Amino acid sequence: MIRMKFLLAFIAALAVGPLLLPEFYVTLLNYIGLYAIVALGLVLLTGVGGLTSFGQAAFVGLGAYTTAYLTTVHGVSPWLTLLAGLAITAAVALFLGSITLRMGGHYLPLGTIAWGISLYFLFGNVDFLGGHTGITGVPALSLFGFELKSGREFYYLIWAVLLVIVLATRNLLDSREGRAIRALKGGTLMAEAMGVNTPRSKIVIFTVAALYACLSGWLYAHLQRFVNPTPFAIAQGIEYLFMAVIGGVAHVWGAILGAGLITILKQWLQDWLPRVFGQSGNFEVIVFGLLMIFVLHRAREGLWPIVLRLFPAQNARPRVADAEPLPRRSLPERGSVVLEVRDATKRFGGLVANNAMNLSVRAGEVMALIGPNGAGKSTMFNGISGVDPVTSGAVSFRGERIETLAARDIARRGMSRTFQHVRLLPTMSVLENVAIGAHLRGQRNFVHAALRTERVEEARLLHEAALQIERCGLAEHMYDAAGNLPLGKQRIVEIARALAADPCLLLLDEPAAGLRYLEKQALGDLLRRLRDDGMAILLVEHDMDFVMGLADRVVVMEFGEKLAEGLPEEVQRNPAVLEAYLGGVE
Amino acid sequence: MTAMNAMNASNESSAERERGTRPVVLDVRDLSVSYGKVEALHHIDLKIRRGEIVTVIGPNGAGKTTLLAALMGLLPAQGEIVYLGERQGAERQVEQLVRQGMTLVPEKRELFGEMSVEDNLLLGAFDRYRGGHRDELETMDQVFEIFPRLAERREQLAGTLSGGERQMLAMGRALMAKPKLLMLDEPSLGLAPLIIKEIFRIVAELKKTGVAILLVEQNARAALQVADYGYVLETGEVSLEGPSAELASDPRVIESYLGLGGKGGAAAR
Amino acid sequence: MDLQIALLLGQDGITNGAIYALLALALVLVFAVTRVIFIPQGEFVAYGALTLASLQAGKLPGTLWLLLGLGAAVALVEIALALRTRQMRRIPSILLLNCGIPLLLGGILFAIPPATLPLAVQVVLALMLVVPLGPMVYRLAFQPIAEASVLVLLIVSIAVHVTLIGLGLLFFGAEGSRTPAFTDMSFEIGDALLQGQTVLVVVASAVLIVALYFFFERTIYGKALRATAMNRTGARLMGISATMAGKLSFTLATLIGAFSGVLISPITTIYYDSGFLIGLKGFVGAIVGGLASYPVAAAGAVLVGLLEAYSSFWASAYKEVIVFTMIIPVLLWRSLTTRHVEEEE
Repeated sequence: MIRMKFLLAFIAALAVGPLLLPEFYVTLLNYIGLYAIVALGLVLLTGVGGLTSFGQAAFVGLGAYTTAYLTTVHGVSPWLTLLAGLAITAAVALFLGSITLRMGGHYLPLGTIAWGISLYFLFGNVDFLGGHTGITGVPALSLFGFELKSGREFYYLIWAVLLVIVLATRNLLDSREGRAIRALKGGTLMAEAMGVNTPRSKIVIFTVAALYACLSGWLYAHLQRFVNPTPFAIAQGIEYLFMAVIGGVAHVWGAILGAGLITILKQWLQDWLPRVFGQSGNFEVIVFGLLMIFVLHRAREGLWPIVLRLFPAQNARPRVADAEPLPRRSLPERGSVVLEVRDATKRFGGLVANNAMNLSVRAGEVMALIGPNGAGKSTMFNGISGVDPVTSGAVSFRGERIETLAARDIARRGMSRTFQHVRLLPTMSVLENVAIGAHLRGQRNFVHAALRTERVEEARLLHEAALQIERCGLAEHMYDAAGNLPLGKQRIVEIARALAADPCLLLLDEPAAGLRYLEKQALGDLLRRLRDDGMAILLVEHDMDFVMGLADRVVVMEFGEKLAEGLPEEVQRNPAVLEAYLGGVE
Repeated sequence: MTAMNAMNASNESSAERERGTRPVVLDVRDLSVSYGKVEALHHIDLKIRRGEIVTVIGPNGAGKTTLLAALMGLLPAQGEIVYLGERQGAERQVEQLVRQGMTLVPEKRELFGEMSVEDNLLLGAFDRYRGGHRDELETMDQVFEIFPRLAERREQLAGTLSGGERQMLAMGRALMAKPKLLMLDEPSLGLAPLIIKEIFRIVAELKKTGVAILLVEQNARAALQVADYGYVLETGEVSLEGPSAELASDPRVIESYLGLGGKGGAAAR
Repeated sequence: MDLQIALLLGQDGITNGAIYALLALALVLVFAVTRVIFIPQGEFVAYGALTLASLQAGKLPGTLWLLLGLGAAVALVEIALALRTRQMRRIPSILLLNCGIPLLLGGILFAIPPATLPLAVQVVLALMLVVPLGPMVYRLAFQPIAEASVLVLLIVSIAVHVTLIGLGLLFFGAEGSRTPAFTDMSFEIGDALLQGQTVLVVVASAVLIVALYFFFERTIYGKALRATAMNRTGARLMGISATMAGKLSFTLATLIGAFSGVLISPITTIYYDSGFLIGLKGFVGAIVGGLASYPVAAAGAVLVGLLEAYSSFWASAYKEVIVFTMIIPVLLWRSLTTRHVEEEE
């Protein structure tokens, strides 16, 4: 509870601060608060989502100029201009996001640099925005009839806003949508397979980050009472990113730490460096640049984790509360065909990886797909699950053609999978990792999450995840970070995650690889139980002992084609299979 | 377990006698590799002499590619690796090993797809060129003699070659470095039987040039036919070793591939 | 606008476009080989121009101090590494390369007043002062994190840019410089006047592009760089180390950047921070080429130059806005035509 005490002490210090501190420090704290609001958006975008933007200063400017223009020229109430600013910002962010986020991760930052520069020059050259002199006479804010005229009064508004969005951001991250956002950093493949609409998640965090920046700009305009283009230049956009990275880009409190450090350091350096160098200029950027390089080389997580290490958390383990179970999908009748692949062919350029493959899986059976390396098993898997669709042929799932659907839409229909190379989020707990699997079984969005109005649904999702973890025999590891588990257990976590989606077909890619003998037995028992419950299971596996002891039917592939199909013992005696596995030249 | 060890020991001594006193190129003792907390290779011992083909066979996922990656310095490993009589330090780098004549033809071939066959070969001699040697054109002629198919396609882009030609190019490119140890990872992968036959004929030919060859294969029969000595790798451990002829007729080789042994296979773990 | 003005603007556009094209090529090269989005390229443009201006003004260029400082830092890092791996033999060559040569260069500058030298020698001196900074920056900022994600490399790249801007201010001061024109010649073609400076820039750019083409197509080092861009693992297995490829690509990019600075220095006044915008215009070109295609990137860059020239006539205040907004339709088009596939597996 040490951390809680520090938090309360911090808030108490914030509350009494302006009563004790001289004007200069109150102003400094005001700026730290304004910067931290912007940096918080970058934490969400960069630290959590793995994207970045250098154009946040331009969004700040959008918020500031919208209110400055509308309040001074048209006399609109500042509270209405806030809404107008947020609406314009959201529109710009949605547009920029939708044209850059489909492509590789580096297009967004490059796009934001260009946009930041354009907007800066636009502010400086448009006459009705006052050109380089800007707009003066922005009215003070009034709250319940009380005018916030001095910095001391404004201070409380800034820090209240900051604390509220810190809280909202934390709430957002600790929710179904938050898990989907955090899953982005592990690559989109896994998230999509769990049904997450990853382009949407990316656009959401980019927009939220832009809205935070806009809010900061609105506050800035009414604190400063005038605006000009300089504070919204690209250099300031870069400084915001420095704040987030140095503070700790993956932690909400890192934004405040970083904003505080950089702002104070800048103040200090601007006093000292010109004296050292004997000339005036923005020499602090040299120190900031070197500091950034150093932090990214030596402590990529920034300074906040180092602060946290000073105050180790006590193990107050959250209990998963009992909750009403989630509704279950109606399972297909045992023995009915769940998956049918007909004449599936996959070409990569001139290379035929799968040639006219046929296979089917029924409810309540384990079908094993085996074959030598390079036979095309993974390609087949990707074709079925929609990761890399087949070139021609048909894939039917529960009677519906799915070969043209996206992975997340196939997941929605009740197919769930694991990955050959384990794709868990190593720093998240096993419980949270498994809960990602249940993503499609919740509906509440990020607004509900930020306001905490989705707690009933969240409890049911976590309860479901806990049930699946217990089912897979990992109850003792429920709260451990997934990355700390041995690889064999991580594979089982992947199965639990797939089960949390309530699938009727489970695709398992080499589930037994890296498992010890006893673990393999436990896995075999688990899969048998699932089969007995009516689950259809398709697995690719190299461990023949494991496959032959478990599978009901086996399909053998070679050169992208089906070589043999049948009961395990038939396949083991098949001379063509022996030939494929042992090879032979004559 | 004990019976098996005794068997291995007797194999080893008879093999040692046969393998004679040619200089040892690579001597690996007690090599282990871990991915995170999982040990992918456990205590591997392996020896290759000059002008000898040694094969490592084993089912998919046994750790064969991991073994080559560790030997080539692509993965950190524990244990002792003595190459050309010199004990390798912990910070072994791929580039340094290439300079010392170790080459790997990887499973995925890793060709430069948008470059011509000739340029791919030329880059095989990059390190020698950098070291001041200027014999790359002669070496290329020798490679073309070994792989006449490549000479016919010298202007063609590597990305447009067939599977067999790609493997030939990958091998040719490795030979451009005039290696002392040539490591081949699954050269038969994804190739049609006739091409596999051709590739293995060439591997057998190469042996005569004195290069030591470490051949990692899933295609056990073909590999054992050309090799002098073999190791069977199973779930990260050497479960059997011996002269190729003996291994080829050993029923346990078949067991480990198809899991026919059931209990036997499990006990070996 | 009459034809004469149109032609004049076209000349301006092509002159600038040729320089942006050079920069775009360097950016594509660095990104392909190292995955670094080379934002500091623009600073090397400014350094090149300002160093030449200092030499011509008879001042000791501030770049020399930077070179000595970075060289000493690289030497320290390398010697520490050599001590740790017990490779004492390397120490003399490390010192010679990173400290000896910069000192020698400094000695030459002290001994011979550079203002008296012919232009060509001044240009070579300027390049010798600026170009080694590229591989030194690579060694210090990027080599230790060569395996990091594109995002981390980009943030480091921005940090390097900011540091170099600050150092530029420190060493060159806040005033801008403009060197005298390389040539006063001009040609009359019909009604239009073709300026010698334009011809010089276009020809020099073309020569450099052709030289680069030969480097990449005909030399083993050029091929090694292309190979690294195509297949990193394959290249490593040939003994082409990522470090060597990284340093080489940074050297080339810095050479191109500094040379562009030399070319542009008689055309516009260059300040310590002018490089950023110039470099970014090269980027717009590079993005047109998807950071992958050299010819498309070069064509895109020439287009940027023309757009800039004509928009400076029609709406001079909005010149930058128009140029950087051009990136939006380009991104839109790329986003509609490319299907992004996950890099892994």
